[in-house]
This record gives sequence, structure tokens and C-alpha cells, in this order.
Amino acid sequence: MSKIRVENLTKIFGKHPKKILQNVEKGMTREEIFKMTGQTVGISKVNFSVNEGETFVIMGLSGSGKSTLIRCLNLLNKPTAGKIFVDDENIIDYDKKELREFRRNKIAMVFQHFGLFSHKTVIENVEFGLEVKGLSKEERYDISKETLQAVGLKGWENFRISELSGGMKQRVGLARALANDPEIILMDEPFSALDPLIRRDMHSELLDLQSKMKKTIVFITHDVNEAFKLGDRVAVLKDGEIVQIDTPEEIIENPANDYIKNFVRDIDRSRILKAENVMKKAAIKFGKALQPKIAITLLEEADVDYGFIIQRETSKLEGIITIDDLALAVKQKKTIEELMHSDYKAVHKDVYIKEIIEIALDTKYPIAVLNDNEEFIGRIHRGTLLKALI
Amino acid sequence: MFEFPQIFEFKIGKVVESFVEWLTINYAGFFDSIKTGILFVLLKMQMIFEWIPWFVIIGIVFLVGWKVKGLKSGIAYTIMLFLIGVMGYWDQMIMTISIVLAAVIISLVLGIPLGIISAYKKRVDIILRPMLDAMQTMPSFVYLIPAIMLFGLGMVPAVFATTIYSLPPVIRLTTLAINSVSKEMKEASQSFGATPLQTLIKVEIPQALPTIMTGVNQTTMMAMAMVVVASMIGSKGLGYSVLIAINRTDIAMGFESGLSIVFLAIIIDRLTQSIGTKYKYD
Repeated sequence: MSKIRVENLTKIFGKHPKKILQNVEKGMTREEIFKMTGQTVGISKVNFSVNEGETFVIMGLSGSGKSTLIRCLNLLNKPTAGKIFVDDENIIDYDKKELREFRRNKIAMVFQHFGLFSHKTVIENVEFGLEVKGLSKEERYDISKETLQAVGLKGWENFRISELSGGMKQRVGLARALANDPEIILMDEPFSALDPLIRRDMHSELLDLQSKMKKTIVFITHDVNEAFKLGDRVAVLKDGEIVQIDTPEEIIENPANDYIKNFVRDIDRSRILKAENVMKKAAIKFGKALQPKIAITLLEEADVDYGFIIQRETSKLEGIITIDDLALAVKQKKTIEELMHSDYKAVHKDVYIKEIIEIALDTKYPIAVLNDNEEFIGRIHRGTLLKALI
Repeated sequence: MFEFPQIFEFKIGKVVESFVEWLTINYAGFFDSIKTGILFVLLKMQMIFEWIPWFVIIGIVFLVGWKVKGLKSGIAYTIMLFLIGVMGYWDQMIMTISIVLAAVIISLVLGIPLGIISAYKKRVDIILRPMLDAMQTMPSFVYLIPAIMLFGLGMVPAVFATTIYSLPPVIRLTTLAINSVSKEMKEASQSFGATPLQTLIKVEIPQALPTIMTGVNQTTMMAMAMVVVASMIGSKGLGYSVLIAINRTDIAMGFESGLSIVFLAIIIDRLTQSIGTKYKYD
């Protein structure tokens, strides 16, 4: 079920947004409207939905409207038109009080430049959401202390914000959002102000936390690698419009247009694509009892050099045999079982290409891909790997 | 040559004059009660200051100076304060402090809320700004005239004139301070469902405090400066001694009372300033 559903969301900045809205509906582009009226269309007619427990990444270059979009989701920006459903309630219809309750209980935000209160200590910052809600001093202290521990800041409770490093500051920002135990967390380029090493730590920490918490996260970034690393699904935003929404693998494999193609060109594909995405499903499979002669014919017909020996009942892989081995078998009157190689390599279908490359160096045979039941589902050659990387 | 045509001449001053006259006649009761109120507070303050033994005051100044500025400064302030007493201006100094304090308190009570309102409401800011400009650039002697008309002679009109003169900095700096609270911090506060009042009290005012304290310091210094001028309408204090010295061309008295004002100003300035910097967060 979708947690957040956004329909035809448009945000126009300027004095007379409603007037401009007609132009947007007529299909005028952002530049045309800006030239004509001097007003900026932040985002226009955006549609998407976010599933419960999903990390949804919105990626775009600066000026693409991504910050505008995320600020619409908790109504820091009031949308000009469109609907935002959270749990099937249109939050745009909320009055002030309902909106406050929504922000206090359901949604929290992490900011690019942390947005921490420099006049408060670390723990007072984390307590803020709870304080606003009206929790007692003891309650909010206990919750905040626990949350700080969860983000790895135990013992820093009484420090001033100015005494922390960038990475620690954003941990506080994250803790402040988590302390409220919201269902949805909005993250507006939370790691882009951090240096690369710290960013990597924060990535793994976030993935770690998320695997335990299963929150619905909307994450904004301009960094493709970050988007594909963290996102279950990624939406690419350009000039205020969504160009493509898909899983990272799909976007790399099937970019919607040249813009996306260009975008994903620099990406480290070996960290995104998995065995399953690049393997060849077609493979010559036979049992070990097969006549070598027949096996040779099968391989020749398919124009391949290798055959996979499968246990018929369980679909489990038993070995690999080359066409040369088979020829030898025919000559020496041996069976497949005697000559097949069992020193083949196999990987699970969810293994990233990056790891497979290392394995490929160690073996001269194709790599077998197995599913959760260890059944043979495809093969990967060195050539396949190279092709997947360009 | 081209002389300015007389037909265009119009005495705006007359309008203001009749307005002030109208005020004095129709709102005499109102101004009288303000006068009584301010006078009551003033006298009480003066009483308290006079009741505290001189060495306790010096001791307090030493301790505060030591705490916020360091030992050397503390000693320096102590010596300055002692010298004022040595020159024989202790009582006048107490009176001056009472007037300054009263004017500053009134300025802050009016100025901080006004500053906050004008940070929030652009229209208020637009109206207020030229008024503040006028209040600051109008020669300070000019305030004495309506002050006398409304409150008569004495300490109360002095407080009134001093307040008008010292009000602008605290309003301006409060507005500036609230406006320059980082947008992200305000957004953060809102995003957690804080009401506008919660955002103001828990985020904006604490963030603005260092700048507001600068405003408090400036307001205090303006009040110090004005208090001398206000002595012309009969407020007793250090300024009055300066005035007498001018009338008598008494160099010794002029120097002593002038020096006392300088000492007092330095002490007040340094103390309020360093209290302000204590609030800096990063």
C-alpha cells in the first residue's frame, strides 16, 4: 500500500501563482513562463507514490525543484495545485491544528545544513520535537538519550552543537527526527555538506538503521551514486518535472531518455547491478547421464563452449563441462560424470557485479547464478561482465 | 533671482504645536497618571540605590566586572567608581543611574515587542522605519519642548525625552536579529509542529539574543548621552552639574562632572557589552 501519494503537484513562486497555473496547464515550459512573467515554476504536475517502509530517492541537479518538492510533503511550502495523500488523507486540506498534529506525529525532517539550534545542547536539540508536543521533561530526556545512543552519540548529550563535527551534527539532526518516532522521514540532501569518507559512513549507518526501523523515507540528493546506493526506487527530477521513476537497476538498464543516460554514465555500475541483472538465462543444461555425443550436438547447435550439469529433480548444479572435455569423453569412451568439473564458481543472484569481478578472475569457467533455493537460474561470462559495465 | 515663493509657505510646526497643546488640554489626566507612575518608580529606584551602602555598590561592580571581563577590568571599574565618589559626585551619579535605568527599562519593554512585530509584519516595519530615523536624527534638545509641555519640569520629562532618544536602537536591532535567524532553523522548528509562538520563544528569541543584547547596550549608551541634555529641564544628576559648570564657567567643576560621566559610561558600556557576548553560541 502506498504511504504517500502525490497527484499533479505544482508549486509556483511569485506574486500571482494561480494565474501562472493556467500557463502550466496549457503546457508552457518553465523558461517560457519565467521569460513572460518573471515567476518561477518550482515543480509542475508531479506524480508519484511512496510505499510503506520504502526509501524513495528524489534525484536532480540544483534548480531541478527537488527541495521545493520535499518541502511540499510537510507543507513547509504550500503547493499551488495538486494533492498529497498520506495514508489516504489529503494533507493540503488540513487546517492549522491538523497540520500541526500531522507534523508532530507522522513526519519529521532532516536538513541539508542540519538546522540544529545552536543555543541548545545536543540532547536539547533531540528533545525539541517532544518538547513541542508537550511531553514531560523526564520522558523526553529518556527517549532522546536512547535515540542518541542509536545514532552513535552516546556521551555527547551535554555538548554544544558548535563543538561537534559535521558528521556528528547530522547524526544529531537524524536523532532529532527519529526521537519523534515518525512514520515518514524527509531527508533534504542530508549528507551533501559532509566530506566523502564521512558520507560513506553515514550511508551505511542509514541503511543499517533503516533495516531495523523500516520507516518510509523520502531522500533528496543530487548525487547519482548516493541515490542508487540508498534508494529502493529513484525518481529523477529535471526542471520541475519527473523524468523517470524506477528501481536503480531498471534506470541503468533502461534509461527513459538521453538525459537519464547522461546522468547514469558516470555511475559505478558494478555497485548497483546484481548478478541477476546481467546474467544470461539461456544455458545448455543436461543431466550427468547424458551421452557425451548428444551433449556435443546440443552445445554446437547453441554455439556455446560450456554445458551445465544439473540434477534433474532438484535443479541443483552439479558441475560444468567444456565442449573439449566432451570430445575427449567420446574419444576415451568416458561418461560426463567422470570428466565434469566441480571447481566451478557460483554466486547468489543478489551479489553485486563488483564482487563477481573478483571471482571471475579466479576461474576459467562461466559463473553460475543461483536463486534462494540454490537452483541454477543463469550464467555469467567475463564478456557479460565487461558488457554490463559500459 | 529665484526666491522661494511665499504662497507655498506653510507652518507645519504650528500644526504640531497645536497638536501638543490639544494633547495637554484634553489628556491632562492621562499624562498626569503616567507622570505619577514614572515618578513613583523613579523615586523607589533612587531610594533603593541610596539605601545600598556605597561600598556594596562598588563591590558588586567589581565582582560583575571580574566575572564578565576579568580581574584587571574589575579593578579598573572599581577605581573609576571610587574616583567619582572622591570627586564628590556620588549622589548625582545615583540620580543619573536611576533616570538611565528607568528610560532603558521603558525602552526595552516597548522596543523589544515592537522590534519583533516589525520583523514579522512588513507593513509595521515600513511605517516604523522613518519614524525611527526621525527619532534618531532629530536634535535631542527638540524633545525637551514637548516633554516640558506634557510633563512639566523635573525628572519625569527627562525620562520621557531620554526614552524617545534611546528607543530606536533596540527596535532596529531586535528586528534585524529576528530577521536574520537562519531560515533552516525556523523551518526545522515548524517541521516538528511548533506553533508560531513556540518558534518565537524557543528558537527565534534565543537565537536573536546576542544581537538584541547589542541593542540593549546601544540603548543604554544613548540614554547616558541624553541624560546630560535632559538636565536642562531640571533633572538632577551629573548632567545638571555640567550645566551649572557651564553657567558659572567653572572649569574645575566641569572637568570633574564630565569625567564622572565618562567613567560611568565606560562602566555601563563594558558591563552590558560583555553580558551580550556571553550569549554568543558559535
